[in-house]
Amino acid sequence: MALDNVSFDLAAGEILCVVGESGSGKSVTASAIMGLLAPGLAVVAGEISLGGVVLRGDAWRALRGCRIGMVFQEPMTALNPLMRVGAQIAEMWRVHTDLGSEEIAARSLRALEEVGLPDPPGALRAYPHELSGGQRQRVMIAMALALEPEVLICDEPTTALDVTTQAQVLALIRAMQARRGTAVLFITHDFGVVAEIADRVAVMQRGVIVEQGSAMEVLESPRHPYTRALLAAVPKLQAPPPRALSEERVLEIEGLVKTYGARGLLQRRQPVRALDDVSLVLRAGSTLGIVGESGSGKSTLARCVAGMLRADAGVIRIAGAPMPKGRRAAARLVQMVFQDPYASLNPRRRVGEQVAQGPMAMGMARAQAMAEARALFELVGLDAAAVTRFAHEFSGGQRQRIGIARALAMKPRVLVADEPVSALDVSVQAQVLALLRDLQARLGLSILFITHDLRVAAQICDEVAVMQRGAVVEQGRVGTVFSDPRHPYTRSLLASVPGRMVVGA
Amino acid sequence: MRALHAFLRNPVAVAGAVLLGAVVLMALVAPLVFPADPLGLAGRPLQWPGANPRFWLGTDPSGRDIAAQLFHGARISLLIGGVATLIAVVIGIVFGALAGFYGGVVDTVLMRVTEAFQTLPNFLLLLVLVAVFGSDLVTVVIAIGVVAWPPVARLTRAEFLTLRERDYVAACRMQGLSDAHLIFREVLPNALPPVIVYASVVMAVAILLESALAFLQLSDPNVPSWGNLIGLGRTVLRSEWYVSAIPGVAILLSILGVSLVGQGLNDALNPRLASR
Amino acid sequence: MKLLLLALRRLAASLPALVLILVGLFLLLQLAPGDTVDALMAQMGGGDAAIAADLRRFYGLDLSVAARLGAYLWRLVTLDLGFSAIYGKPVASVILERLPATLLLMMGALFFAFSFGMALGVVAARRVNQWPDTLISTLGLIFYATPSFWFGLMAIVLFSVYLQWLPAGGFGDVAMGYTGWAAIWDTATYLVLPVLTLALIFLAIALRIMRASMLEVQGMDFVRTARAKGLSETRIVARHVLRNALLPMVTLIGLQAGTMLGGSVVVESVFTLPGLGRLAYESVVQRDLNTLLGIVFVSALLVIAVNFVVDLLYARLDPRIVG
Repeated sequence: MALDNVSFDLAAGEILCVVGESGSGKSVTASAIMGLLAPGLAVVAGEISLGGVVLRGDAWRALRGCRIGMVFQEPMTALNPLMRVGAQIAEMWRVHTDLGSEEIAARSLRALEEVGLPDPPGALRAYPHELSGGQRQRVMIAMALALEPEVLICDEPTTALDVTTQAQVLALIRAMQARRGTAVLFITHDFGVVAEIADRVAVMQRGVIVEQGSAMEVLESPRHPYTRALLAAVPKLQAPPPRALSEERVLEIEGLVKTYGARGLLQRRQPVRALDDVSLVLRAGSTLGIVGESGSGKSTLARCVAGMLRADAGVIRIAGAPMPKGRRAAARLVQMVFQDPYASLNPRRRVGEQVAQGPMAMGMARAQAMAEARALFELVGLDAAAVTRFAHEFSGGQRQRIGIARALAMKPRVLVADEPVSALDVSVQAQVLALLRDLQARLGLSILFITHDLRVAAQICDEVAVMQRGAVVEQGRVGTVFSDPRHPYTRSLLASVPGRMVVGA
Repeated sequence: MRALHAFLRNPVAVAGAVLLGAVVLMALVAPLVFPADPLGLAGRPLQWPGANPRFWLGTDPSGRDIAAQLFHGARISLLIGGVATLIAVVIGIVFGALAGFYGGVVDTVLMRVTEAFQTLPNFLLLLVLVAVFGSDLVTVVIAIGVVAWPPVARLTRAEFLTLRERDYVAACRMQGLSDAHLIFREVLPNALPPVIVYASVVMAVAILLESALAFLQLSDPNVPSWGNLIGLGRTVLRSEWYVSAIPGVAILLSILGVSLVGQGLNDALNPRLASR
Repeated sequence: MKLLLLALRRLAASLPALVLILVGLFLLLQLAPGDTVDALMAQMGGGDAAIAADLRRFYGLDLSVAARLGAYLWRLVTLDLGFSAIYGKPVASVILERLPATLLLMMGALFFAFSFGMALGVVAARRVNQWPDTLISTLGLIFYATPSFWFGLMAIVLFSVYLQWLPAGGFGDVAMGYTGWAAIWDTATYLVLPVLTLALIFLAIALRIMRASMLEVQGMDFVRTARAKGLSETRIVARHVLRNALLPMVTLIGLQAGTMLGGSVVVESVFTLPGLGRLAYESVVQRDLNTLLGIVFVSALLVIAVNFVVDLLYARLDPRIVG
């Protein structure tokens, strides 16, 4: 059962946030209201009514788009790639009204103007791939609101967006809703977003609404233990008091440059500077956070340090010596924890083998390597007997633990963590962060921590470097940078963190 | 184990396995049921099926037993289908794996060769190979294998291209493991299921190519091949059409069996797509 | 302009493959036992060694392999395909005589397979796992498993021998001296069975691809968006699903063009059509290597041309390619 006895009301002109972790049934709820449940799912009991009329069958289809609009999570795939944006918006009037083409064209243009796209006439002629993710989401909003529906359903509309774009899109939804008196059902996993936008909140856990109330009530005095746990798991933007840092420089990056593109005779693509003269220092036993939005070059930096990419210029020194070229030698120095727990383990091999194979390639005997793997499993909070299992038998958080064990098995000098918690639910995320902190304290790990999430950075990093378009624009102790940002970009990043004034402030 | 279970519960797969099993059985019992040379003179030519209880599928224009040729032909079809498929799959995997894993110049060179083979109509190339190297059984099998590998290479390359970017492959690289380990232990096992499924298509193509070659009387004339018999039947098509008709049904059912088994394998190995 | 540039780039990329084919085949043919002169001598009923040597010198067969390869490639650049000793005229004109039948056959089969494959694939996908889907998919499997030459023979038995609706082979009745529409109609009757025979397996492949592609596109996010917009199912399929689902079909044409040309060898032989495929078969039997190489060259050019058109078509359908 995906949903169990879910009931709520949505009044005109209010924003109701349905919040929960993955598997809570929040997205199923949205689909059920649209009458767009995936095949295999059916409403077995209960009813949904709009304006006092119960929604049923064919009449439902006529209501969709017209009286209920919907915005989806993934702006990159939500628009038809082969159809111009203008034609996709115009379809709303074409199907639901009898307006003439000229009137429709005029209204399409006005709809795009209203959502604040930079060049509305150009956007009408554009194909979706010519727009950025944030722009596409604006198009989706324009389309969903085209016929001035009474209800707008937003299913995680900003989750796939960068934090500054997210702030803009949230503001847009707020403004449009206020202007038109639309009732908004907003599905999200992020309490920060809830704080930013909600009038009322419903918290879902495993298909059940466990708590419902005004935003103020739920955020400030949650009654249900699950709500309390979720809120407590949200990392605070305020950094803990600074620790004393060692003087030893375990990783030094000097003048790193990496340029992509500009290849081939007839291909004329603008070369992209992914890294532009980046210099950084990671101190032994500390965590250096690299924060920035997509395209800032933070992942390129991680891949260069991990030896997966070769930089065009600059040096990377580990413990004073330049990075060796050989794979074997580098393996002892740098290891990495990856972002996607579902892609970072080979589905066809036992997880213990995958942890033990590195030391074995270095010449360790199999029995000893397996014994160490078992010990590492216990160290990262897993059952030692789990080494014989396969990846699909573990949850996302457990897989990240295995990934950490695999990296630690090589006893590296530097651990690169590339967005290691961004694919995890907030409660699991808190556990993995706690594990990393605990391991650092026990093993003296030096961690280069890549993240887009400033809250996570505030909690785990000693120092932080802010990147924008391949360059480091500001760096320093995380408490200092976050409480007293110097660079305008850092300021705009911090200002965009949703719910910074309410949740975990 | 789970895949086998899924396979056996799928009616399509079971139907294919039954058809293919029947052809295999025919091939196995051929020397027992028809111990005499199937290409030797057996009786009066052109007797209709059922006319003479000794030849329940009749005789061909040379007075040979059609049923005997059918049973012995099953051995040839399976042999050619199996061995040629093996050759094509091995060449294809080697080309595709190297091109997909290493990329760059290796990829460009290997893919140009693959393109060259794909630009050339495969039956035309087969004709040229048979014309040059003769048409004994071994040559025909190798020639079919050489003609049929490019799609396997493309498929393997595509799989390698996506799989080599997986984080677990990067993790192994960082653990200091060799390219051989990466290719054989990490990437290939994950790339193999779609290739195995595609092997059924290659086998169907191989059987069709051989029968077409034999039909044109360009395959080995010294072995009883279904295509050959169809070609012989052409001369008497207007009156004794059964000579061509019967072996054609045999080819159709074998290929149907191979295709269904392939489809069953696909459903079993790629459960995500099974609902399609 | 961008489109043309893209297409030209793809065209240029196919040149290495073409050169590889020609060099590879030329070297391969050097391994062949017996050359054109041997075949010619056999046809003349034998002759002495001196005549053979003279003939070899005449055809340039006495030079070194490298020299002959160089000369051959250079002649190809100037579009001179050489001289067919068997037919007693330039290879180019032999091929040109045979080209129309093959082109008609191919285009007919392509059109039939593509349009019916698309229609059947759409119906099957719309009724997935219901009886129309089961019926169409089963038919597709059977078509796929049917050897084309056998289907052709059985079609001759049924339509030409028993029903006597259509001619059993050949390419137009010259003796009747038809002109205008009558001639076209006459040619068409000769083409019906060969086109169907050649198209059969491609129809099976096309309908399978179209069905799978439709099912995949139907599950995509933008189709969910279209539903959320309140569009009718018909409009969703017609305006959103179909065009996206067609992309793999277009790719398919390019991939299958070569296979189809190969298939024409068998089909033309079954229906005694005077086309390129039968010419290839005849020149293998007669060891007319010049003609065989010429056919291979022209076939490769045809395949490259088809792929050029496919690239343009694809870029027209998918704005992401050019942008």
